[in-house]
Amino acid sequence: MDKIARIDMGAAGGPKVTVGGLGEYAGLGGRAMTSLVVAAEVHPQAHPLGAENKLVISPGMLSGTTGSMTGRLSVGCKSPLTGTIKESNAGGQAAQVLARLGYAAVILEGKPEGDDLYKILINKDGIQVIVDNSLKLMNNYPLVAKLREEYGDKVAYMSIGSAGERKLLSASIACTDPELRPTRHCGRGGVGAVMGAKRIKAIIIDDAGMKMRPPKDPEAYRDANRKFVEGLRKHPVTGEGLPAYGTNVLTNVLNEAGGYPTNNFKTGQFEGGSKISGEAQAELEIKRGGSATHGCHRGCVIQCSGIFNDKDGNYVTKQPEYETVWSHGGHCGISNLDTIAKLDYMDDNIGVDTIEMGVTIGVAMDAGLAEFGDDAGAIRLMEEVEKGTPLGRILGSGAAVTGKVFGLERVPVVKDQALPAYDPRAIQGIGVTYATTTQGADHTAGYAIATNILKVGGDVDPLKTEGQIELSRNLQIATAAIDSTGMCLFIAFAIMDQPETFQALLDMLGSFHGITMTGDDVVALGKKVLSAERDFNARAGFTKHHDRLPRFFYNEPIAPHNQTFMMKDEELDEVFNW
Amino acid sequence: MNITVKLFASFRTGRFDIESGDYPAGATVADVADSLKLPRTELGIMMVNNRHVKLDRPLEEGDTLALFPLLGGG
Repeated sequence: MDKIARIDMGAAGGPKVTVGGLGEYAGLGGRAMTSLVVAAEVHPQAHPLGAENKLVISPGMLSGTTGSMTGRLSVGCKSPLTGTIKESNAGGQAAQVLARLGYAAVILEGKPEGDDLYKILINKDGIQVIVDNSLKLMNNYPLVAKLREEYGDKVAYMSIGSAGERKLLSASIACTDPELRPTRHCGRGGVGAVMGAKRIKAIIIDDAGMKMRPPKDPEAYRDANRKFVEGLRKHPVTGEGLPAYGTNVLTNVLNEAGGYPTNNFKTGQFEGGSKISGEAQAELEIKRGGSATHGCHRGCVIQCSGIFNDKDGNYVTKQPEYETVWSHGGHCGISNLDTIAKLDYMDDNIGVDTIEMGVTIGVAMDAGLAEFGDDAGAIRLMEEVEKGTPLGRILGSGAAVTGKVFGLERVPVVKDQALPAYDPRAIQGIGVTYATTTQGADHTAGYAIATNILKVGGDVDPLKTEGQIELSRNLQIATAAIDSTGMCLFIAFAIMDQPETFQALLDMLGSFHGITMTGDDVVALGKKVLSAERDFNARAGFTKHHDRLPRFFYNEPIAPHNQTFMMKDEELDEVFNW
Repeated sequence: MNITVKLFASFRTGRFDIESGDYPAGATVADVADSLKLPRTELGIMMVNNRHVKLDRPLEEGDTLALFPLLGGG
């Protein structure tokens, strides 16, 4: 990864590709690359859909190597949903393939005149930007099928569905998995709308003729990777729970803990929870000839995904994640896995964030557009998004917009991004992360659930305020660093509990780059990323007063614990005080 | 005393999802786990009436005890 490609979509005479060295961005990857480029190069007042915004695509620091779990791809820009800086990452094959082609980043700049739609081909010979208006308004599954006829099966595809072309604020960027299904999405923050604004429909990444990236010290790297994999296999979460049940194993846990937001955050437990739990889902998947164990990219040893078939054994979608099962399930009062799987497929196909879309449908239900628990009503609302009707465009623009249009007070967003599947009144620690992260409400930015609920990496009482600020701070720093390495965040479960597995990760980073890495270096990297993001947000007009939850979380207690969000504003303001 | 026990994930294999049973007065979370032959090293999340507890927590008539192995996701 010794070069950066810049594609100026607005250049006179048509899109212009410039490939250069790394310059001031040397050594960066993933979120560190995307956030530092956006912070340095995008005007903080830029319109997110305008020519001044940039879409930065970057494989992680270890992507494209023989290292396990290194397949995360970061996409960054100024978010049209939140107005903040945004980094959205996904698995799938794109990161590995792009890294092997030598690109530390591909930066999409400017905006073309006219209505032409483009695809970008990246291979060993360089980068081509090609007009292809035959792809207009295609959704991801048929789009990838069509592209495969031309470019085959030994490539990775990134694409936007109709939602991205329509520049809807929940639009995602799909990345194909090893079987070329467009199921792994850079989902959050409307990154697909930014790609759509630049009129780029698809990116085809072909690493034919390229080799794995070579470590500086191959033997040490191989040894560290072996220890790292051993650690992941040994830990109960990464070695047993996630492979067997996937992320949706959390439904029963959160429901039992009273932190499962139900019917648009009205109560903390869902009666139908057990029907849509990870245990029920895995059993159904296996019974129908699908699979409860599947990796989203080659080199993954956790294999937390799966394949969801219909009752006749036909593929419907990848195993819906916990957040998706929640957003389309309990949040909307829906307890049918087939309905949720269909909605998951529609999200992936249309190209929208499953969290934002599901939360929005629940908000719409609260506003009276359908009843809670109305499966057909939820599908009907999704069809509006697919068709691009005026109502569909409103819904596809997320929970904040929908809440405003329909005059609803209970709208679960921070910085206009929908809250994920954990109620901050029953789990105070995740509320700190939702409120303060640079990204708008985002559980992955500082996953306090691990310590508050799962008792991995320590034990902090979810119902109390003590220890939550420090917890969220440390997790946000660590996450910003991990998001830069290309490593899947789920490695955190093992490295938080097993010092030798954390050391193996440090040794992988060190031996690959021919340096010695310490825990302090990782902390410094995380702080550097967060500082750049905070600085961008400040220049974009965000203050500490935006680092708050919606008032209903402070005013309406939630059953069964009958608590509100109790963190004080002054405490929240201390999160980034390091 | 009557205790409702809920088991999750791999703990269900060869056992049950939910079952009410009589336990001696003063029984703790550890006693119930032992009676179900759940290895203590595998116990991850333990909740009584929706609140996290430790192994030595004494149970009371009518309590609901939920036992999970170490789990993660998100």
